Amino acid sequence: MTIFRDMRATFTIAVIGILFMVLAPTVLELFAIINLTTAIALAMLALSLALVWGFGGILCFGQTAFFGVGAYAYTVAAINSGDAATAILIAVVVAIIFASVLGYFMFYGRVSDVYLAVITLTVSLILFSLIRRTSGPEYKIGDALLGGFNGVTAPPLNLPWDRAYFLLPEHVFYVAMAFLIIAYVFTAWLVRTKFGRVVISIKENELRAELLGYDIRLYKLLIFIIGAAIAGLGGVLFCNGVGRVTPDVFNLYNSALTIIWVIVGGRGTLIGPVLGAFGIFYLTSALGTQSTINNNLILGIILIIFVLAIPKGLVPTVRDWMIERKDRRIQRVRERRIRTRRTRSSTQNAEGAGE
Amino acid sequence: MDLNLVIALGIQIIYGIANLALISLGLAIIFGMMRVINLAHGEFIMLGGYTVVISTNAGVNIWISMLIVAPVVVGVIGVLVERLLIRWLYGRMIDTLLATWGLSLLLIGLVTSIFGASTATTISPPLGVVSIGDYTSSAYELLLIGITVALCLIIFLTLKLTRLGLIARGTMQNEEMASALGVSTPRIYMLTFGLGAAISGFAGGLLAPVTGVLPTIGVAYIAKSFITVISGGAVILAGTVSASAVLGGVNGIVSFLTGPTIGEVALLFAAILLLRLMPRGITGRFFRKGL
Repeated sequence: MTIFRDMRATFTIAVIGILFMVLAPTVLELFAIINLTTAIALAMLALSLALVWGFGGILCFGQTAFFGVGAYAYTVAAINSGDAATAILIAVVVAIIFASVLGYFMFYGRVSDVYLAVITLTVSLILFSLIRRTSGPEYKIGDALLGGFNGVTAPPLNLPWDRAYFLLPEHVFYVAMAFLIIAYVFTAWLVRTKFGRVVISIKENELRAELLGYDIRLYKLLIFIIGAAIAGLGGVLFCNGVGRVTPDVFNLYNSALTIIWVIVGGRGTLIGPVLGAFGIFYLTSALGTQSTINNNLILGIILIIFVLAIPKGLVPTVRDWMIERKDRRIQRVRERRIRTRRTRSSTQNAEGAGE
Repeated sequence: MDLNLVIALGIQIIYGIANLALISLGLAIIFGMMRVINLAHGEFIMLGGYTVVISTNAGVNIWISMLIVAPVVVGVIGVLVERLLIRWLYGRMIDTLLATWGLSLLLIGLVTSIFGASTATTISPPLGVVSIGDYTSSAYELLLIGITVALCLIIFLTLKLTRLGLIARGTMQNEEMASALGVSTPRIYMLTFGLGAAISGFAGGLLAPVTGVLPTIGVAYIAKSFITVISGGAVILAGTVSASAVLGGVNGIVSFLTGPTIGEVALLFAAILLLRLMPRGITGRFFRKGL
């Protein structure tokens, strides 16, 4: 039960999320809602990297690989089966299998963090150039043409019990938001379980954790797989928000974006990267409407500034600042109390001496 | 299979290997000497390409702009980057990785803002074709193979024979000892970074006539050069050359048998398999005392 007491902040955020989920469609226009669905999908990706990097200490630069694999697997499965629920399941399973194979090679090969970053990034980039080349009619899985550079149109979500009923964009928004809230509460719970604590201890000191008898390779592999599953689910939401999936999900720009969300939001928190994803998403779409300043330029500057000046990220910096302020206030109150007590006792002494 | 086909195929595979080595050397020098993984490597190559295209279009002889102007310009940019950005982050490997990634985005954005997102006026590769029986091979590709071999030789001799090479190797092995003996290690790092950048720019300049230039062309190189350097391990020259030979060989042979798409996948699988067997790269196991 202590876990749940520990998670009070998580539940507060989840309640805010649910309120947002209920209220947003009544306030916002349809276009904004569709946009928001895409942002939620990206936030899911951010959450997965927040877990893998911020808590697992695994520097995965290619988290978009699982995101994209999930999106493609969903699309292909949905085209072939016509049932979205099965397709979502398949997408998550494919992402998990992909992560298991890749993770097995990396963690059981004891690839160290920086090498791991480069390998994951490379995998993502190779998927990009690979899928880009699949434009010919011979590249098809079942009924789904991969379509190369143009990508594939993703069939919308439908009801598991009624395949002919396709969800409307605002319904997709509800589904996406619900998935995000569930994933957020799940990850917050996960990092507080024994498993999560071991994962964090491995991040803090790999050698010590190993000497205490934990198989760090297995723990790293498991947290990596869980992260990949969340990222894959994010990919499913993404292709539902955008309506299609293109090889661009694998490109360098998106890998960089994912890292930037986590850096800006703060490593070691879960809500930080989620907020980072929303913030950067709206920043880049605001920048996209004008053409004088290039998006890459702004993102590059943001990344450099954060690495040099605010390496902890926004949420931890603000949190530390607030804790420090609170500490200082408590300190001040305590000092005042001591001072008044001292003056009181000295006056008493003086009175005592006067008698 | 007749002999001419074998020769033509052999040249193609060797060209693939030389190409990998050429695009990886700059990265390998910076990584091997400074333990800095430069994610803006692809952008240094891109800048080299732009330098050649712009200076050639401005009337400079194409050979001068490829062999001299591109490495000098990108080398100077490299020194600037080291002074302004990298030197604050020594010893913080992950932060360097992130900062150079920021730099990479910044350079892409900057070049896009200045020259536009589409390709600048390209230049055609000088030299014609060489025929081998019924098959032809581009003379420029043969020249690139020659230049890559020469470049490796120059780096080898510089490291092995000159005083600068000795100091550089000393700094690489034990930085504190080198600085205790009076070597200005910050200066060595600055020069190394500049040199690595210059070689990347040189590679970009040489490849510009073959590939054309785009602000985002660096992406095409970084994946390959990273896996080459990582598979090669920390020893600069032996690592790059051996990894290029293995990966380029696999890529070339598989591409010949099945086509370029599968060839690229084979390259990746070879690299991952190699790292599973030798996590510290090829030179973590072999040629450990090499250069």
